[in-house]
Amino acid sequence: MSKQRMMPAINLALQEEMKRDNKVILYGEDAGISLLGQTTGLQENFGKDRVRDTPICENIMTGMAVGAAAAGYRPICHLLYGNFIYTGFDSIANQAAKLKYMTAGQVKLPVVYMAVIGGGRSAAAQHSDIPYPALMNLGGVKVVVPSNSRTAKGLLKSAIRDDNPVFYLTAAGGGRPEEVPDDDNYLIPIGKSEVINQGNDVTIISIGSMTLKALQATKKLNDKGIGVDLIDLLSLVPIDEDTIINSLKKTGRVVIVDEARDICSAASHISAILSDKAFKYLKSPIKRVTVKDVAIPYSPILESHVIPDVADIVNCIEELLELN
Amino acid sequence: MMSIKNYVNNLSDEDLKRIYKKMLMIRKCEEHLGEATKNGAFPGAVHLYIGQEAIAVPLCDQLNDSDWISSTHRGHGHFIAKGGDVKKMMAEIYGKSTGICGGKGGSMHVADFKKGIIGANGVVAGGMGLAVGAALASKMDGNGAVSIIFFGDGAANQGVLMEAMNICSLWNLPMIFMCENNQYSEFTHTSEVTSGKIIDRAEPFGIPKYEVDGNNAVDVWQAAYQAVQRGRNDEGPSFIEAHTYRQRGHVEFEYTFLSRTYRDQNEVELWKTNEKDPILRLESYFIEHNKYSGDDIEKIQKEVQDEVDDAVKFAIESPEPDISSAMVHMIER
Repeated sequence: MSKQRMMPAINLALQEEMKRDNKVILYGEDAGISLLGQTTGLQENFGKDRVRDTPICENIMTGMAVGAAAAGYRPICHLLYGNFIYTGFDSIANQAAKLKYMTAGQVKLPVVYMAVIGGGRSAAAQHSDIPYPALMNLGGVKVVVPSNSRTAKGLLKSAIRDDNPVFYLTAAGGGRPEEVPDDDNYLIPIGKSEVINQGNDVTIISIGSMTLKALQATKKLNDKGIGVDLIDLLSLVPIDEDTIINSLKKTGRVVIVDEARDICSAASHISAILSDKAFKYLKSPIKRVTVKDVAIPYSPILESHVIPDVADIVNCIEELLELN
Repeated sequence: MMSIKNYVNNLSDEDLKRIYKKMLMIRKCEEHLGEATKNGAFPGAVHLYIGQEAIAVPLCDQLNDSDWISSTHRGHGHFIAKGGDVKKMMAEIYGKSTGICGGKGGSMHVADFKKGIIGANGVVAGGMGLAVGAALASKMDGNGAVSIIFFGDGAANQGVLMEAMNICSLWNLPMIFMCENNQYSEFTHTSEVTSGKIIDRAEPFGIPKYEVDGNNAVDVWQAAYQAVQRGRNDEGPSFIEAHTYRQRGHVEFEYTFLSRTYRDQNEVELWKTNEKDPILRLESYFIEHNKYSGDDIEKIQKEVQDEVDDAVKFAIESPEPDISSAMVHMIER
């Protein structure tokens, strides 16, 4: 166990999995030099055959992953920023998400599409999106969103070992150094969330980088005598319905914190699941704290205005409790 | 247009007869589909390969199950040429449980990975990335396998072709770009939507190019031979442009929704003549050179027709898919 930040933890998972299985290959723009640190040293350790610098060509990159997977490899397609998922979306939506189904399960497609998502870095609108709402609707891909370095390691290793296309989406920076297990078989199962704080008054379901903010909000609410059940969702496809429904049964109130825009977001989908399946346990409306319905602005003062923060979460819950 | 006899050298009569039979199999399957669709015998639309058989067959004749092909919405021919099961293909188009994809893919998605058939593809140029990925896998395996992307003149205008040529040349991948220029992008003549010559697009990437008469099976075989050998010997990608003609519409039944015609019927008829049609040309060659008699050809035609009839019977008599099959094969949860 050692304290690590997000990018070194991702790097550790990649090193371990590439060492474990020589069918794991990785390619992407600047994979060798590594823009953000996820792939640092991989080319030195595993060679230019297995760790390839690609041209800037997301269209072919996303499709190539499907072809290489069908032919027996476990490719990791490193797309850098989440917005570039849109650039390569044809092969994602029309091939990766559908080929296995269209061919009646003839083929396994163990692909990991990796990208950093979200704002908070003055990277402006084309490098700050949260693209998972579109991915969640494809049906044929899994989507995981780690919240910190420990979950980043465990989920990436599970994603690489999974036989389905998995989108592995992480915050670019953020987070704090966390204890990351050294165990080279440390896996967090896809489809399982983690309850990271227990309380009886309200459930917060948080996704990705919002989890740290939700944790900070939880502490503030605890100080005010409000008990929070905090669920770090981790997987968006599939969603751990049991855990969120059980928490709702306990607290009767749910706030979902999602950095995506609200329309057809993870938050709105979870809200639909809960009102379908656990309506009678609700004591108040399900609330969603999401990014405002605009493109992400550049200037820090504007950007922090549109991205949910701790105060937004606290205020939302206080208002919710006042309703009763 | 070069006549066939000038070319026959390293291709034996047996090879040519085998190729002819397979071309005939495609033709007769599709003639059935073209007729049957009028009566609504099966769900969904079909895009027929009739007239282009001399492209898929001579190339695929040189491939093994470990080689990969990825093709187009006009994909029945590639499927059969690469050794796909005719009965299972027919059943798939009929939407039956015995179809190669259990009735979940249909005409535009016939695939058989065990035979290296990544499949037909409903997205124009959609198979490009899949073929490049398979070529990368073959390159890394170092097993001499090659990967072929069949695509049309329409797909040649998709940007992803440039991405694919760049990466295949850069990484020296065992890839064959097989452009079937059938002169029509859906309902528009290629000349109206395409600048320059498609074959020239390979040049700036340093990819060797072969321009062939796509209705001459021998011509295609020779170019394919060069390209396949290059791939097997780790010499990198090749680009073939095969000039051909789409004898049928973009899609069967198209005049039920098109507001006007888009080509002269005389033009279509010209391509169905002994001089132009790829199957008739082979038959003429066989007869002129006493390889087959008219009776021999009739006999082969009947054999192939019987096999197609069996496949159709199999498709018709096969059970519908169990509805529970609709809910499997996405992701495992």
